[in-house]
Amino acid sequence: MDWLYDLFPKIGDALSGWLAGFLPGWAVYLIMWLVGVVPILIFVLIMVMVVIMIERRGLATFQIRYGPNRAGPFGMLQPIADAIKVLTKEDIVPAQADRWLHWLAPVVTFGVTLLWFAVIPVGKDAILADLNIGILYVVAVASLGGMGVVMAGWACHNKYSLIGAMREISQMVSYEVPVVISILGVVMITGSLSMTQIVEAEGVPFILLQPLGFLIYFVAVLAQINRSPLDQVEAESELVSGFHTEYSGMKFALFYLGEYGNAFAASAIVTTLFLGGWKGPILPPYVWFVIKALIVMYVLVWFRATFPRVRIDQITGFAWKFLLPLALFNILITAIELAIWSEFPWWLLFVNIPVAGALIFLWSRLFTLQGGQRVEA
Amino acid sequence: MKPKGFGLGLAKGLQLTLKHVTRPRMTTQYPEKKLVPAKRFRGVEFAWNPRLCTGCLTCAKTCPQGSINIISHTTENNTYWVDDFQIDTGHCQFCGLCVEICPYGALSMGSQYEGAKYRRDELVLGAREMMKKDRQPSAFTRPWFEEQRERQTLLIYGETEKE
Amino acid sequence: MAMSSQPARLKTDTFVINLGPQHPSSHGVFRIRATFDGEIIVDVEPIFGYLHRGVEKLAEGRTYTQDISLTDRMDYTSAMTNNLAYVLAVEKLMGVSVPERAEYLRVILAELNRIVSHLMAVGFWLNDMGAGGFTPLMYCLREREKILDLFEMVSGQRLTVNYMRVGGLLRDVPDEFLPPLKRFVAEMPGFIDEYEQLLSENEILLARSKGVGILSAETAINGSVVGPMLRASGVNWDLRKADPYSIYDRFDFEIPVGTVGDNYDRYTVRIAEMRQSVRILEQAIAQLPTGAVRTKLPNILRPPVGEAYGHIEGPRGELGFYLVSDGSIAPYRFRVRAPTFINLTVLPDILIGWKIADAVVTFGSVDICMGEVDR
Repeated sequence: MDWLYDLFPKIGDALSGWLAGFLPGWAVYLIMWLVGVVPILIFVLIMVMVVIMIERRGLATFQIRYGPNRAGPFGMLQPIADAIKVLTKEDIVPAQADRWLHWLAPVVTFGVTLLWFAVIPVGKDAILADLNIGILYVVAVASLGGMGVVMAGWACHNKYSLIGAMREISQMVSYEVPVVISILGVVMITGSLSMTQIVEAEGVPFILLQPLGFLIYFVAVLAQINRSPLDQVEAESELVSGFHTEYSGMKFALFYLGEYGNAFAASAIVTTLFLGGWKGPILPPYVWFVIKALIVMYVLVWFRATFPRVRIDQITGFAWKFLLPLALFNILITAIELAIWSEFPWWLLFVNIPVAGALIFLWSRLFTLQGGQRVEA
Repeated sequence: MKPKGFGLGLAKGLQLTLKHVTRPRMTTQYPEKKLVPAKRFRGVEFAWNPRLCTGCLTCAKTCPQGSINIISHTTENNTYWVDDFQIDTGHCQFCGLCVEICPYGALSMGSQYEGAKYRRDELVLGAREMMKKDRQPSAFTRPWFEEQRERQTLLIYGETEKE
Repeated sequence: MAMSSQPARLKTDTFVINLGPQHPSSHGVFRIRATFDGEIIVDVEPIFGYLHRGVEKLAEGRTYTQDISLTDRMDYTSAMTNNLAYVLAVEKLMGVSVPERAEYLRVILAELNRIVSHLMAVGFWLNDMGAGGFTPLMYCLREREKILDLFEMVSGQRLTVNYMRVGGLLRDVPDEFLPPLKRFVAEMPGFIDEYEQLLSENEILLARSKGVGILSAETAINGSVVGPMLRASGVNWDLRKADPYSIYDRFDFEIPVGTVGDNYDRYTVRIAEMRQSVRILEQAIAQLPTGAVRTKLPNILRPPVGEAYGHIEGPRGELGFYLVSDGSIAPYRFRVRAPTFINLTVLPDILIGWKIADAVVTFGSVDICMGEVDR
């Protein structure tokens, strides 16, 4: 059964070896590149369908009702039914909207979602582009996601959408910094920015060695992908869907896919950085990866089912006043520990977890989420 | 204001939501499974007994909407013979005043709730629809129909479908 | 270096947004024309009338008993209390009394309806805040379904019950009414505890609603605000204690009063009122006598010439019916004092100066029902 474990490298080597027999070097490279992109696309689409089903049925179990269970066994074909419905809908563009920008915004959003998956190690040596600046690439692509939202908000020529777009800019910019700094702890322990190296270095999963970093990154990435409870950008009860109010048909479907693709990509990155990536005992590594990513996704659904929405100025206040100082403390402590014990032994988790708990407790005493602020006219 | 703890309230909320995963679902998978309405349910159809009806028009006068239309003529022995008894269920508000006031117990509410029709003029129920043998009268102010009705499914006992 | 001591204010333009009438959280067809400066509300103009059906005029063309089915449809979430208020007004006009058993059953049904309405109010308010998709709403609606099953058992319909009559109730409750009612009363405090556990200590909820939308006691009294909104502002005024109608003076219960008058206080006042309703229900079930439930009256009522004002403490406040009779079978004037219609007059006071997100949450905590506002 060993062939099941390193399936992807073997297929890749076999194919490129066969092609090199009769094609010049650059053609082999081009074809291998195409052959690499298509499985990523299919993987993303299938996983987004699974994620949508987890979200809808998981949310329904929290709300003591059934989710979709009519289309196919256990409702598993519901996303396909949705896709067919959405393809047959009329494409409405508001009369005063900017047509070209209106068309471009969902394309950009979904394209950026696909870009995330280029550097995620799905299994051992199963990664599309083994960049040695993998984490930096991830952070850079995350900030591109905001661009599509702003384009959509502006192109719709609608006050609600514009408000949503403005909120998105402030939220995206505010949460860049805690994201980067909380990842720095992991990078310092590993000593490299490459995603495969990080997974290799995880003897003990980093969630235990960097609990504070994990919590900060988890919350910050929730804000970057606009997911409840930090989803004022598309707050349904206030702005009637915010920036994607005016979209219908396939464009809306691209936004929808992009949102769930982002959610899955975020859980994949959390798995890679903190939960040990594809490592696991008996099953093949890509199966472990998918299981772990889906567990993180289920936790995201659980958060969505429980928490009310946080107001936009509270969201940004939370990022700058709570997450950022805690992230700085985190790298301070990690740096001190690395200076003393340079290989970062595993028993430091017993030190890190209580320190993280104490820091959160103490800092929350100082930080207040401002309730009401009335502005006199 | 200061949060009570460092996210303890959030954790309590999470625990409660998780507890609900194990609870039975409260929805009914209609149309495969159905609920039984109450014995006194005021449904969308009516049951009319022509033998008891004398054509006194009390129900038509009591209707707040004026939805009841009775077409009758006087016979030789100075009684009314009802030719047609029509209730416009599209206009009716199902308040039950007509049933409550009928002195002879001739008119009863139905206990069906699946009375959708394709055209609006089919909603006017004439004597033929209301006299049919499989009409299921409800026990609204007609306690003698109670034993014909099934027991209501009550959510308080956790019943989400008919047994 | 010469610098002005105050930074020059950026000259911005205000813009106008219509919140509603079609909006996921306008609680019915209600339109607010709000002028914003960035995210801050500068001016509020409520526009309603989208659900006006002319109930007061229609009632002048119908007899007193036929009007009861009209009152069901005004505040459609609490039909029993509407019926009760109207029937009390007619009974005052005619001077009839009601049998004991009917009084107790009326109290039981009115308190059940109070729980129903508060569950809807709390559930939809949490929904406006985006609480988890609509998770707390589903939990509240589950309890509401249990009570609506009881209403269906008693009167035949869940929402437009048409159950109270002048002189008592339409019919006696069936035998199978009391066991599920007792079971509900036993289980409900546990569920109220669950709602509190889910949300009362939730930091996000506290941050969104504490100190937001403050209505001072003086503004509330000047604006004729009634109901939980008034009590949350610190004014201890409840018709069940201040001017007891029916047999409320025989029961032992408290009136929950808030302190500040913000959204969080309105939420806690409603939750506490649900607990007090369960307390009244327990006492009423224990004291329920046997007997008739309807005084014998003619089918078509002709009250003597005069006027009467019958009011109750409904779930949203003081619901009153002012009836003028001229001796005929239909009322000469049928005037409804709808609590939410008058509560809406303080909307500018509680919305101006806050942000959009706060506006939606505050507006949800006013708990309007458009059937009552527009009639």
